[in-house]
Amino acid sequence: MSTRRNDTTAAGMAFERPIKAIEAQLSELEAISQRTNLDISSEIEALRKRLSEAIETTYSDLTPWERVNVARHTERPVASDYIEKIIDEFVELFGDKVYGDDKAIVTGLARIEDTRFMLIAHRKGNTTKQRMAYNFGCAHPEGYRKALRKMRLAEKLKLPIVTLINTPGAYPGIGAEERGQAAAIAENILQMFSIRVPIVVIVIGEGGSGGALGIGVGDRVFMMEHSYYSVISPEGCAAILWKDGERTPDAAEALKLTAPDLARLKLIDGVIPEPLGGAHRAPLSAMAQVKKTILETLFELEAIPTERLLAERREKFRRTGEIPGRFPVIP
Amino acid sequence: MPPEFMSTRPTDPESGGKQKTSAEKAAEKRVEAERPIPGAPAGRELEREEEGVFGEADVTKEDLEAQLNPERRSRLRWKKKEMPGGLWLKCESCGQMIYRKELEEKGMVCPACDFHFTLPGRARVNMVMDEGSFQEEFTELTALDRLQFKDTVLYGEKVRRTVERTKQNEALILGTGTIDGRPVVLAVLDFSFMGGSMGEVVGEKISLACDLARTRREPLVIFTSSGGARMHEGMLSLMQMAKTSAALASLNEAGGFSICVLTNPTTGGVTASFASVCDITLAEPGALIGFAGPRVIATTLKVELPPGFQRAEFLLEKGQIDHIVRRKEMRTLLAQLIDFGARAWGGPKNRA
Repeated sequence: MSTRRNDTTAAGMAFERPIKAIEAQLSELEAISQRTNLDISSEIEALRKRLSEAIETTYSDLTPWERVNVARHTERPVASDYIEKIIDEFVELFGDKVYGDDKAIVTGLARIEDTRFMLIAHRKGNTTKQRMAYNFGCAHPEGYRKALRKMRLAEKLKLPIVTLINTPGAYPGIGAEERGQAAAIAENILQMFSIRVPIVVIVIGEGGSGGALGIGVGDRVFMMEHSYYSVISPEGCAAILWKDGERTPDAAEALKLTAPDLARLKLIDGVIPEPLGGAHRAPLSAMAQVKKTILETLFELEAIPTERLLAERREKFRRTGEIPGRFPVIP
Repeated sequence: MPPEFMSTRPTDPESGGKQKTSAEKAAEKRVEAERPIPGAPAGRELEREEEGVFGEADVTKEDLEAQLNPERRSRLRWKKKEMPGGLWLKCESCGQMIYRKELEEKGMVCPACDFHFTLPGRARVNMVMDEGSFQEEFTELTALDRLQFKDTVLYGEKVRRTVERTKQNEALILGTGTIDGRPVVLAVLDFSFMGGSMGEVVGEKISLACDLARTRREPLVIFTSSGGARMHEGMLSLMQMAKTSAALASLNEAGGFSICVLTNPTTGGVTASFASVCDITLAEPGALIGFAGPRVIATTLKVELPPGFQRAEFLLEKGQIDHIVRRKEMRTLLAQLIDFGARAWGGPKNRA
């Protein structure tokens, strides 16, 4: 599975080739200028300009399938980067206290500046070894149960909850089915409607179907500009509906899975802008935007009385994406 | 069991009538390459859509097998020729060949292994509810192609054809009535409508069922058979998992009582939302129930799946469901459960 995924990513990132070429030339020139005393600063300047132009033209017009590949980019910041770079204090809390500790989801007590909260995040890792250990962000039932347990703790401690979504989907395996994958996700979705603290959800990379929604119910749901959120992977959709893997880009297009599309459908509350050329090109400034969103949103939500917060959360999802007046209302 | 509960099922003469329209369709198909099983007897199409969905909406077992193994595909074709008009059916569970008439007389239950075949929605309503008591609600709600989703054919067109064929607007039948005299709100997912998949309308109607149960202070009874979320509606369909759960949360908060009966097959986004979190989870014998479909798991992991994997009995053993109930005992058990749940909304107390 992993090798295939890497292959598609490489093919899917073909649109970056011209950018990569200029980047290579640029670093060569810079090396030459450092090594020798030649004054080539004007050439370097010109190349820099060409580079930013190339990035701008490419990234202002990404196809949905290209965006999916940006969302899957191996250098895109993942949970551990956020914990390291924007979270000032973190105490990891392991385990569902029933079956085991699922490494595909990390949970723990977190603080950014003066704001304390419970962090629940899919974990992907930065290296191949880590990615394998974290099962590529594909959680098992114990991962969802761990998340729910920590959310209940947050409720007791009156700490708000922040979830970071980044998963290709919940794991389809024998053990996962035996331990009730569907029921674990269903329980989380249901319980998240009665958790009496604010919940902020941010899709930072891949929003893979039920596996994403299993930690995806909240008072505010944001997506990063180049993340995606979908009912099924474009590959799966192409295989089922077109019966042809080659049609994956068409499936990505048809599914309307990009952040701007989902904002238009009113299924999410906002899009967090990324630096030009995607979060993988400037991880720190990308994460700073996420940090800003977390702090501002938690500040706003903590001012809302609990009963109103819960009623509004329920109403928001009860009417999600609805065309006003289309469906009857039973009071 | 009243034999007339089968009466709404598409009968042989009807499917005989379908042959012509399907033959016309077959001509279109060659142009559109909609269903890549050339030479398949056209009259079988209807049945294929009623057969097991695995994993995601719109996948049939045959689709997947045909894709995986071209040889298997030709074997399937050959088998179909052997069973003209679908007089004989092969039991999905034990492989026994069953005469269709016998199967229907037994309420679509395999005489050899007790496997409970998928029941069409109408037949289910007639089987469960007291005769003449069922009052259907919100029949007018129908799907919209909001994404202009097009694979080989526009989704809107697919819906139009399905509505025409099934004579109903969506995959969920919702209404009120009585079970052995006890008032209930009933919601039945109909697998023959796009594999019982959940789009905006199905999600809304499940939510309306919760709302009705809450305002009428009646127990909610749901029957599921579904391939999961309807991917033609993209994220709008995924969010139905959250919508139905929001409505169920409100019902729970008001003290409501809900029962869900999982029937063959129930997978994907339906299992991973309302179907798994009602107060009581029942299942029919042999029903396939899971998150991912067995083929998806087998191809992802490249392993043989254990016998009985994801069947109702397997789930019971793993502690995932409350009870397995046979079709002929369904009404009795539901009535019992409803009586036990009566105190939730102020029914009579136990006497000393």
